[in-house]
Amino acid sequence: MSEAAVLDAAIVDTRPVLMDLKNITLRFGGVEAIKNISFDIREGEIRAIIGPNGAGKSSMLNVISGFYIPQEGEVWFRGEKRGPMKPYQVARLGIARTFQNIALFEGMSVLDNIMTGRLNRMKAGFLSQAIWWGAAEREEIENRAAVERIIDFLEIQNIRKTPVGRLPYGLKKRVELARALAAEPQLLLLDEPMAGMNVEEKEDMSRFILDVNDEFGTTIALIEHDMGVVMDLSDRVVVMDYGRKIGDGTPAEVRASQAVIDAYLGVAHD
Amino acid sequence: MIYREAGDFKTGYREDGQTFPIRLDRWAYYALIAVAVLVVPFVIDDYWASAVILPFLIYSIAAIGLNILTGYAGQVSLGTGGFMAVGAYAVYKLMTAFPEISIVIHILLAGGITALVGMLFGLPSLRIKGFYLAVATLAAQFFLVWLFNKVPWFYNYSASGQITAPTRTVLGEAVTGPAASAPAKYLICLGFVFVLAWLARNLTRGTLGRKWMAIRDMDIAAEIIGVNPLTAKLSAFAVSSFFVGIAGALLFAVYLGAAEVGEAFGINKSFLVLFMIIIGGLGSIFGSFAGAAFLVLMPVFLKNLMTGGLGWPTDLAAHVELMIVGAMIVIFLIAEPHGIARLWALAKEKLRLWPFPH
Repeated sequence: MSEAAVLDAAIVDTRPVLMDLKNITLRFGGVEAIKNISFDIREGEIRAIIGPNGAGKSSMLNVISGFYIPQEGEVWFRGEKRGPMKPYQVARLGIARTFQNIALFEGMSVLDNIMTGRLNRMKAGFLSQAIWWGAAEREEIENRAAVERIIDFLEIQNIRKTPVGRLPYGLKKRVELARALAAEPQLLLLDEPMAGMNVEEKEDMSRFILDVNDEFGTTIALIEHDMGVVMDLSDRVVVMDYGRKIGDGTPAEVRASQAVIDAYLGVAHD
Repeated sequence: MIYREAGDFKTGYREDGQTFPIRLDRWAYYALIAVAVLVVPFVIDDYWASAVILPFLIYSIAAIGLNILTGYAGQVSLGTGGFMAVGAYAVYKLMTAFPEISIVIHILLAGGITALVGMLFGLPSLRIKGFYLAVATLAAQFFLVWLFNKVPWFYNYSASGQITAPTRTVLGEAVTGPAASAPAKYLICLGFVFVLAWLARNLTRGTLGRKWMAIRDMDIAAEIIGVNPLTAKLSAFAVSSFFVGIAGALLFAVYLGAAEVGEAFGINKSFLVLFMIIIGGLGSIFGSFAGAAFLVLMPVFLKNLMTGGLGWPTDLAAHVELMIVGAMIVIFLIAEPHGIARLWALAKEKLRLWPFPH
């Protein structure tokens, strides 16, 4: 481990825990997708979840985002135990996510998609919206300004009024990130943000992820298959295989772990 | 060249978000309102009012209502006729029970009652989608028509089973009943159309509209962003039914004058309004108007052409008219599945760059 990496690890460990997952077990019928996994996500860090296909990474992300409710274990967020919640209630806690297969609103413009990300910040009543007077109009303009900052940040000014259905794949991924950012989440979950991208697009996306973490201080948990990207971006890495946690630590520690190497490269059976 | 946005600079988000961002569109809109208010009332006669303009205005309201539910919120409904019947019977009961209160308030209340009924029948949408929801709303259609037929209280125990609108006035002018003049009927319908279209536009461009569209486009993602599907879907049913109920109330009280539920508000009505929004364009207020205009004007135009222009016998013309309208709907769906609103948008996009498209 290099000196810089040791230093990094030391800094990370002093940060307060934002999300603590304790002994999570998730079953689908008889299949255990996640088996007794515990790890934490600290404030301001980039936490990667890696593992071979079918390891349970996406299930883990779905547990964090409240889409799946684990049969066993506890999810603690900001020092409070989170009871069973609907996904839209989790969103109000300040957790936003992107999807592995883009889940944008295809019939809406880029601007409307990103504005939708700010739903939870817009409180104008029904009547105010119906007559477009007072709170509704004021909120619309304030939130539009906030959305425009995100549009500038992600460099998508030229497509703001384009219907999302017309955009190429790479841009859709970026718009989806913009929509998640628009909620100004405390915890941002990215499910394979770089899947299907070429090197250049991956570099752009990596830059955006680092910038988001840096400028907004957003805590990020991401799933990614590209090991180069994961090792470069993340502060700490959780490694999963067949629903179990087989490694947890800084990229350098994880890379050196025999269990991780075995999971990725296979073990000789004799 | 004249129709352009170059030089029309926006300096704030308020201006950027306005309904007609292009100056010429704004002028056309104001001109249209001026003609509708200042010219049409003085030239309108009974034929134009009853054959073209009143049905167009009333079906526009119904189409906007259904478009909010189906076009914006993505919940298919085949219960429009039934909900229009709720509006009609509600306004009838209110008109006869409280004759001293203004008919305008009765019509609004009828819309409110329909909204409640719509929410009730919208409850299945929380569990089922698509075709299955369509069948559930179809059940609402048949149930409501059956209810208004079977329970005499709804038609005040009249011997014919019909409901008949008594004369009611607004500002001293009769707008319902046999004494109502064409301009008075026209103006009351126009008033409702104007206000309701404006409300629909406001609701669909703001937070609520985005919630509806998010549910329509990808309900799982919408929920993870923070849209509560229960309130989003039920509010769509409520607002939509409010519009449809007002359309039903106007259709009965102002346009028809007397109605029998199976005939006036049968399944045909549901399909008619559904065709309007499909042809006009799903998810578009303009499309609702365009679809209503198309399906109201086209039969009148064809009838006049065939009986008046070509001298065909009336019964032959009536049959041919049905076939032509049916064929046009099919052709339209193949050629432009996104409806007239899309054609209009494309034409405007071309026009904006004309004559220098590069």
